[in-house]
Amino acid sequence: MSFRNTPPDDDFGGGAPPDRRICARIWAARIDYLFLVPGLLIFGAFIFWPLVASLYYSTLDWSGFDANKLFVGLQNYAALLSDPFFVAAMQRSFVFTLATVPAQMIISLVLAIILNNRLLKLSGLFRTMIFLPVVTPVAVIAIVMALMLSPFNGPINGVLKDTGVIQRAIDFLGSPDLVLSSLAGIYVWKWTGVTLIYWLAALQTVPDELYEAARIEGVKGWQTALFIILPIIAPFAFVIALISAISALNVFPLIQATTQGGPFFASEVMEVFIFRTAFAPPPGMFPQLGYASAAGVLFGLAIMALTVLQIVALRRARRKDPAHG
Amino acid sequence: MADATHMPAVRRDPFLSPRRRRAITTVILAAICAVWVYPLVWMISASFTPNTEIFGNGGLIPRNPTVENYTRAWREANIGKYFFNTLFVTVGSVILTTIAAALMGYVLGRRSVPGKAVLMALMVFTLFIPQGFTIIPVFEFLAAIGLSQSLWGLMLATCGHSIVIFTLLFAGYFSQIPKELEEASRMDGIGPVQTFWYVMLPLAKPIVVTVVVMQTLQAWNDFLLPLVITLANPALRTLSVGVYSFRGEHFIDWGGMTAASAITIVPVVMLFLFLQRYFIDGLAGAVKG
Repeated sequence: MSFRNTPPDDDFGGGAPPDRRICARIWAARIDYLFLVPGLLIFGAFIFWPLVASLYYSTLDWSGFDANKLFVGLQNYAALLSDPFFVAAMQRSFVFTLATVPAQMIISLVLAIILNNRLLKLSGLFRTMIFLPVVTPVAVIAIVMALMLSPFNGPINGVLKDTGVIQRAIDFLGSPDLVLSSLAGIYVWKWTGVTLIYWLAALQTVPDELYEAARIEGVKGWQTALFIILPIIAPFAFVIALISAISALNVFPLIQATTQGGPFFASEVMEVFIFRTAFAPPPGMFPQLGYASAAGVLFGLAIMALTVLQIVALRRARRKDPAHG
Repeated sequence: MADATHMPAVRRDPFLSPRRRRAITTVILAAICAVWVYPLVWMISASFTPNTEIFGNGGLIPRNPTVENYTRAWREANIGKYFFNTLFVTVGSVILTTIAAALMGYVLGRRSVPGKAVLMALMVFTLFIPQGFTIIPVFEFLAAIGLSQSLWGLMLATCGHSIVIFTLLFAGYFSQIPKELEEASRMDGIGPVQTFWYVMLPLAKPIVVTVVVMQTLQAWNDFLLPLVITLANPALRTLSVGVYSFRGEHFIDWGGMTAASAITIVPVVMLFLFLQRYFIDGLAGAVKG
């Protein structure tokens, strides 16, 4: 996103002389600052302040219910690193991301290349259908999928049994070995529509003449896709992969709604761990807001590392394609 | 020579002419899409089926269609109340977010104010912070200003989710509008607020619609924030959380559950179907920018 540099001629406020002193410039822009107030209040209260506060909370031993805040320094962090639940949740988050992102990207890329064909009359309808799960709330998806995947007469088990693929019903969401894979499948189903839109946007940058040239040269459809289109949209792949990865790390709603991290913590990803520690501790235990905050900070740092990668990727993509900004 | 090489791709394989190939592609895609949306269609079908028949293999058309699931969900499971809670949170946050993001995007996109670069950098920096990172302080902040047990608190906090992305969308758009427009309105003696409201905002209508649609979906479907805020106060639940708790409380009432789900998704799906162009433009803008 590039912004045109506008010359400093903020006469909107009236009165102020054309002075380069900073106070005068601030005074001249007073109306602009007024415009910023609502946005800054929201940004400050719900994005920036929580960021700073999380760092502070992470150094406390604090249940959140009382004013009993005990400063413990970095003890929460030390305890986390030797907490098997934390380590397992962090691993699960990244395994989940590594499993879903490639699947989501490949499925949506194939669909995008097919749907991008302007002669395909129903492509708009197909795109809408693929996109429907995206606009469906996770709580609803959780219910629908619990029904679909139910080992008791659920339709998917029914089909698998009728076609002879399996003998006994599979408990997709109730088996600790299968639950994360099932959730990954549901996740890919829900979010492929978004990646599809990203790819379609990337495909818009491929000039029509190229398709035409390929057709005249007699290049086959899949060859066009592989050797002509892919190299052009490759710079976008990096950006799309990172956006997808970051959203896969934020999978909390889907998992909390579908399995609540169960069975036996087998699907407890990072944010489910944070939620459980901070707001929904097991019976007989106190919430630990400080501890959960520290987990959040460590997770946030991991994601920030990805964000840095993202910026590098954006720069690279833009250098290759200066027309886009 | 161009004439001679124009057709070979078509002639080489008479059985798979482009037209025929497109027809085959269409059929395959139609099958994939049918499977893709099957779970949702099945849910709508189940919501009209009596509980005793849901797991029979009755196909998609219920044998004894009923709306009893809906009346039960709406009244007994409080879905009616949750519906209006959600409506309040959604409408309120859409209005606030759109105005705040448009104002901020206007200033950041085309005005030169001291401190702009710092603010931009800060905002971009926060773009990918996970919600799990910020949810605890957000809750504590609402508690501190006495709004942690109210729909107003939930509505305000919902504004925070995507305001950075929306601001950047507005800023990008406003930065491309010709400078002369503002100068002209200043010549005419129109003040900055009126210029923004009557000149700039109408010009940014496509972005306004995009932001309204995206924030509506965001607020309507939001889960973690309403879950945390309503943990101690079930009366404030939104539909998402209501449907989620429904499952915990009436775990064998699949008819009621699917009816509650249908009530939840119908408004957003309608909105999406009618305004999908704007939603898709917003998403595409995110990857191009």
